[in-house]
Amino acid sequence: MKEYHLTIEAGKLHQRYLKDLWVYRELFLFLAWRDILIRYKRTIIGIAWSVIRPLLTMLVFTVVFGKIAKLPSNGVPYAIMVYCAMLPWQLLANTVSEGGNALINNNSLVSKVYFPRIIIPTTSLIVSLIDFGISMSLLGLLMLWYQFFPSWTIIFMPIFLILTCVPALGLVYWISGLNVKYRDFRYVVPFIVQFGLYISPVGFSSSVIPDKWRLIYSLNPMVGVIDGFRWMVIGGGSNIFLSGFLLSLGLSMLLFLSGFLFFRKIEREFADFI
Amino acid sequence: MGNTIIKIENLSKKYIIGHDRDAQGAFQYHSLRDNLMHHARGIYQRLRHPLQVNRENTELEEFWALKDINLEIKQGDRIGIIGRNGAGKSTLLKILSRITEPTTGKITIAGRVASLLEVGTGFHPELNGRENIYLNGAILGMTRLEIKKKFDEIVAFAEVEKFLDTPVKRYSSGMYVRLAFAVAAHLEPEILLVDEVLAVGDAQFQKKCLGKMEDMSGEGRTVFFVSHNMLNIRQLCNQGILLNSGEIVLNSDVSTVVDNYLYSSLPTNRNDKNSSQAHIKDVKILSLVNNNFQPFLSRFKLSITLYTPHGISNAAISYQIIDSSGKTLIYNLLHSSEQEFCHIPGEFTVESVIPVLHLYPNSYFINVFFANSDIRVRLDKLLNCCHFTVPFPEETRTYYWRKDDAVYIEKNKWSCRHVSQK
Repeated sequence: MKEYHLTIEAGKLHQRYLKDLWVYRELFLFLAWRDILIRYKRTIIGIAWSVIRPLLTMLVFTVVFGKIAKLPSNGVPYAIMVYCAMLPWQLLANTVSEGGNALINNNSLVSKVYFPRIIIPTTSLIVSLIDFGISMSLLGLLMLWYQFFPSWTIIFMPIFLILTCVPALGLVYWISGLNVKYRDFRYVVPFIVQFGLYISPVGFSSSVIPDKWRLIYSLNPMVGVIDGFRWMVIGGGSNIFLSGFLLSLGLSMLLFLSGFLFFRKIEREFADFI
Repeated sequence: MGNTIIKIENLSKKYIIGHDRDAQGAFQYHSLRDNLMHHARGIYQRLRHPLQVNRENTELEEFWALKDINLEIKQGDRIGIIGRNGAGKSTLLKILSRITEPTTGKITIAGRVASLLEVGTGFHPELNGRENIYLNGAILGMTRLEIKKKFDEIVAFAEVEKFLDTPVKRYSSGMYVRLAFAVAAHLEPEILLVDEVLAVGDAQFQKKCLGKMEDMSGEGRTVFFVSHNMLNIRQLCNQGILLNSGEIVLNSDVSTVVDNYLYSSLPTNRNDKNSSQAHIKDVKILSLVNNNFQPFLSRFKLSITLYTPHGISNAAISYQIIDSSGKTLIYNLLHSSEQEFCHIPGEFTVESVIPVLHLYPNSYFINVFFANSDIRVRLDKLLNCCHFTVPFPEETRTYYWRKDDAVYIEKNKWSCRHVSQK
């Protein structure tokens, strides 16, 4: 029998937080499994939804930006260029909109059982990753349709996937924490997601941004991630803006760390608040 | 056995209440809009009355849910926590289970803690029974392997074999509760915290749950049990803690604590009748020794003093002996048609003698009713007065006396004979 020892002392609970995260890893997987089950319980609607949404958005963007506005795509089918950006964007948007309300939807858990609360918004990332996988296979079909062969750099996919998860988690920690504290914050979330879609280079290539603005544009952490995705799938054609990319990465990390710390700080009051 | 498993030192918990309460006194959520408005108004006020002190802080009020709790719990103890609503019982469990942080103090726990503050925490209506068992088990702190090992036992305990693949939203509420409790009952922590969860479910299932919990404590587990049901507390616990407004009032064996709680919480219903009306003046048990002991299997004598300003043609007096859960065990009634009393103005003493009181050792109370049966009006009543205890007899039997084995005892004669060889 393993010896368990626990000391609860006012204001000192956070010292064992990282250890607790490890202890509760199984609960994390269970909660993620639950969310996935619920999402796909009515199978047809569940899976269809994760296909229809990016597909329709992609169609609209291709028509509006590619056909009507005639923005450049460096010889790549415009649909593929948009879809490459849709993948990380959907991952972030789903995580944020699902995870933002997760604490409130699980308030019975928060007020009745102990576990590191950060598990709850984090599980929304896992669900979004499943969606990402489905959308990804759709990209394959799209490439077959256009007879487009991806660049060898596509092997870096896992790295870029992680780079997408970093700002997504940072954002979801901020939002879910604020949501508990201020109940009307959830009305702001859809707006943030909508707004983000237009200020990120999803419907167009970031090369349309004049060079002198590009560094400032890269203050949006998603710019680096989306550029990275395009570079990875399409190859050298959509050359990467390196200093901007690094700036985006740095800001992503900052978003993640600040989100984590903010969440940690207000997490202790959740049970009294929710 | 016998070593300290939980040590609580100077534990306090403060909540801030005040301006974020609505008219009903319920907590309101902060909203961003309110916050912004509040600040905006503050700035506006500051501009208009630059010299006035900001009143914001004076609206806040501190509320100490727990004050300076010190406790030492030994392994295998089963502690019943009792107290009125708001005494801090649930807060104590919430701190022990780490759901909320203490404001001051320190707790050392040497064991795995599982808390059962609600039946079916985390159950999801869309998921089926099987999935919910796994999910709920994980939430309560079981590992996947543990759940797998116990799965069949849980299903059998909950009696839901046929409905494992049905979403729990289609369960009857009884099935739902059974399943939820079954999962919790198969936890194997060293320390179990239980908050008023047995109030649900039918009587038979409640019994089963209590039995299960007794088994657990038999295995040397430590149990914290919060309930308003004193029978359950008595049955399950050996130690009692009485909380009142966040402080420990009494920490002793469970019967003492339960009796004390009931005695203090029951209003001694001495209604302030105008002394010019007919009323019960006094009730006394004359057979008590040592303050409030009624010796086991002995003569019981009750004396009731009545006053009436006018003659009552058909007076009636009755008394009940009740146990600490409020159940009536003995009921006696006297009608003035049998023996005259109160037929003329003045003071009367009515005495009742029970030659041998057969009540089992326990604590008891008395209710007295005084009525005019002619016009069917109750003139006065006195509830929960004359607390007395029937102690365990001095002489030991060949087996031990146990508390709450019976409510009534009768002398009997055994006879044995050898009937046949086979």
